[in-house]
Amino acid sequence: MTCLRERDLGTPNRPGAPQVTLHIDGREVTAPEGVSVMRAAALAGTDIPKLCATDSLEAFGSCRLCLVEIEGRKGTPAACTTPVTAGMKISTTSEKIERLRRGVLELYLSDHSDAVPDAPDAADCDLHRLAAEAGVTQSRFAPNGHARPVNYDDSNPYFVFDAEKCILCSRCVRACSDIQGTHALTLTGRGYNTKVAASMDEDFFASECVSCGACVQACPTTALQEKTVIAKGMPDAAVETTCAYCGVGCSFRAEVKDGEVVRMVPSKAGGANAGHSCVKGRFAWGYASHKDRVLTPLVREKITDPWRPVDWDEAISFAARRFKQIQEKHGRGSIGGVTSSRCTNEEVFVVQKLVRAAFGNNNVDTCARVCHSPTGYGLKQTFGTSAGTQDFRSVDHADVILVIGANPTDAHPVFASRMKRRLRAGAKLIVADPRRIDLVKTPHIRAAHHLQLRPGTNVALVNAIGHVIVTEGLADEAFVRERCDAKSYARWREFISAPENSPEATEAATGVPAAELRAAARLYATGGNAAIYYGLGVTEHSQGSSMVMGMANIAMATGNLGRDGVGVNPLRGQNNVQGSCDMGSFPHELSGYRHISDAAVRGAFEAAWGVALDPEPGFRIPNMFAEAVEGGFKGMFIQGEDFVQSDPDTHNVVAALRNMDCVVVQDLFLNETADFAHVFLPGTSFLEKDGTFTNAERRINRVRPVREPMQGLSEWETVCRLAAAMGYPMHYDNAAQIMDEIAALTPSFAGVSFAKLDRVGSVQWPCPAEDSPGTPVMHVGRFVRGEGQFMLTRFIPTDERSNRRFPLLLTTGRILSQYNVGTQTRRTANSLWADEDLLEMHPADAEERGIRDGDFVTLSSRKGAISLRATITERVPPGVVYTTFHFPGTATNIVTTEHSDWATNCPEYKVTAVQVAPGNMPPDWYSERGARQRPAPAEPAE
Amino acid sequence: MREDTLIRMANQIADYFEAYPEDEAIEGVAGHLKNFWEPRMREQLKTIAAKNGAALHPLALKAAEKLG
Repeated sequence: MTCLRERDLGTPNRPGAPQVTLHIDGREVTAPEGVSVMRAAALAGTDIPKLCATDSLEAFGSCRLCLVEIEGRKGTPAACTTPVTAGMKISTTSEKIERLRRGVLELYLSDHSDAVPDAPDAADCDLHRLAAEAGVTQSRFAPNGHARPVNYDDSNPYFVFDAEKCILCSRCVRACSDIQGTHALTLTGRGYNTKVAASMDEDFFASECVSCGACVQACPTTALQEKTVIAKGMPDAAVETTCAYCGVGCSFRAEVKDGEVVRMVPSKAGGANAGHSCVKGRFAWGYASHKDRVLTPLVREKITDPWRPVDWDEAISFAARRFKQIQEKHGRGSIGGVTSSRCTNEEVFVVQKLVRAAFGNNNVDTCARVCHSPTGYGLKQTFGTSAGTQDFRSVDHADVILVIGANPTDAHPVFASRMKRRLRAGAKLIVADPRRIDLVKTPHIRAAHHLQLRPGTNVALVNAIGHVIVTEGLADEAFVRERCDAKSYARWREFISAPENSPEATEAATGVPAAELRAAARLYATGGNAAIYYGLGVTEHSQGSSMVMGMANIAMATGNLGRDGVGVNPLRGQNNVQGSCDMGSFPHELSGYRHISDAAVRGAFEAAWGVALDPEPGFRIPNMFAEAVEGGFKGMFIQGEDFVQSDPDTHNVVAALRNMDCVVVQDLFLNETADFAHVFLPGTSFLEKDGTFTNAERRINRVRPVREPMQGLSEWETVCRLAAAMGYPMHYDNAAQIMDEIAALTPSFAGVSFAKLDRVGSVQWPCPAEDSPGTPVMHVGRFVRGEGQFMLTRFIPTDERSNRRFPLLLTTGRILSQYNVGTQTRRTANSLWADEDLLEMHPADAEERGIRDGDFVTLSSRKGAISLRATITERVPPGVVYTTFHFPGTATNIVTTEHSDWATNCPEYKVTAVQVAPGNMPPDWYSERGARQRPAPAEPAE
Repeated sequence: MREDTLIRMANQIADYFEAYPEDEAIEGVAGHLKNFWEPRMREQLKTIAAKNGAALHPLALKAAEKLG
């Protein structure tokens, strides 16, 4: 448990400024030149009273509570807006100052709700705390002597706004603008009628507010307050942990009362988020205690039988017996397992160990297969390691930001806020995306170039950028000469210079005007530090790996690697995608991305684990399914993954699962895949986990339990018991011991331990030794593989093409309020913002088909059909439709296909030829699904 | 595993390596198959190459023949 209140130094730091010496209250202190007197005093241990100041925002100077006296200066300047200089002599307290402060406090109290001191969250109000500290118990001024605007807005599901408690300090307005970058809040009206308003004076829920919580966190009174705090009272303890949603990996303080979470507050010390959050991590954690959670193991002989609650021993012996029977009958390679990117590194590591050591094969894969496996392949080929090159902070130094196939404001909102801050400060933006994502034009930001390419033509586009760089003489030849493999560069130069890669030639395929592309390429190559950020719009294609290598090529060619502000940066979808890959989840490699055929590496694991390992790669997830359909793969351990909803070509996934004799699902909820399982092992939420997550910037963060596992057993213990029941004893006393084993066997993790993370907060791998601080920016001075390798990336159109029967191209993605298959967010109030998957369609395509906004439509491909509502929007261009896959009732992946990346088999979710027709004709799947639904027999959690 | 699935996957890999000189391309395809394909898939591909080589991209065919 940590202390409840994080220290607030009042105003931001000035990193890199020289230290100056001054005197505060007679004491000699040193502080960075240019920081405020308030911060310098706080650094020296003196907290000057403040209301409008907080160290996450620039000083505003409105509350006049932080007045000080400075020798040689007239009056009483505000400590928050006065920068320190060498030799200053400052008094933070005197009779005059205290009198002035008491007067200011009285004025505030006269205009403040009387009810606050009695409220359950009164301790959250700085005004009353400071008044009490100053001995101000009542105001000389008439309370509420004027007609203040009365507004109690509880429209937002997570927080309220009570104007009577507002002191108009504008911290919320500035947080919304400066930190979040949404600019949804403003101060409106004049004089006593001044008030905080959302958008055009709408309620918060109807406004542009994205519920990131920055305003609530910034509020010094309780005018903006979490509903959970109002309902449950103030927390009495806090636990530092890590969010379990996207790959940004925000650090949070889980604030608890009587062992129950009251609120999640983003940690200012969080390396990834620096005190910011989004609606999911900040508020959408209620799923962890949702009544749908299954807390008792379940088994059944056949998937058509009802579930039978059993104890852990019976469930584990049932699963082990089935797996062993399958192996006896069908061979050692007839079963396998899949790790989850939502689980901790330690939980993932033991599952891949279960497969390799207890199952005796390498049929282990991870859900990263269906998202960022091309990142792993592409960056390893070119740079030598399967990870992004930068830390998030690096974007603060970028001059040009190229966003390709990513929608950060929806999918990685906290990083998007950081990126938007840099863009508002003047960095140029290039967006390459078929959709007009919010970043293209958002308050105070407009992309210099939106390259609105056709789905499936990424490689043609990146080749055209490379062509311009080389043929217009924009390459950084000195960098290439010094850092890259000469032969591969010469070959790439010749390849990329060919006329078929020119923007004029690729325009026919991409739809991007040649002149626009040339201008964008010139900006990327010559605009200063240029950084690439990309998402699944790059990887989930039949040429996903080629595209990753294409981006690496242009980054190397322009020298945009190995320092701050540049790089090739994957934005990872789930909290531990990076970690699950690091931990040896892929069938061909052990932890730290070392091939299973490497005898020396394998030997180290064999010695540590006391078992011989198979030197050949195992099946990937799509291989497992393909083999299962044919009858050669019969059993699967599935850790926290819902294949039936998330993987492409649902009918094929179901056919594979139906053909298996033992499917074991470890999850919080009976998900869609559990309908086809024989054993259900209840999992733990992030609030019960002890371990680590590794985010998209390779940052290893601690996940600490707030409470004991609700179902009585940690997930890694469950896996260890299963391994033992399979005949391979696997024992750890705690999760820290698992990390110790990872560190002992994985050079890039050698310096990582729970003790170190608890001491330093977080560390970015490679961290090769105990005294290593980690590696925020990779490939400084030298690539991991030695010399950077240019790879040839010929554009090969996907076989999935539109035709007369299926004339539109479907691309899928994510929205802000929902997450992946929605298992978590659908069980929160986030569904108030979106409770169904919608099909975005251009007005021209809709009109041609007689479809109006809100109509039910049938979306069909050669794989199947689904039914959903259409929303008519120009966010998508003509010929392209878009939807999400958050809701099992939609079953979007019925229509996606078997096409996949050539190198990794990552599915081609981003290109499916479809037709859309008016009318609601529910496919058979929906009635079949309805017939399968059975209530969980276990006792509800709450 | 279905033959058409394996053929499609092998031909995709060959399509990528086609940009390289033939010797390197064959090595590239063969190396990829060895590094990333489960042995039963490789065995099945060898059988396809022997029985139905015309279905394979020439580079995939030559790579399959090189597999030990």
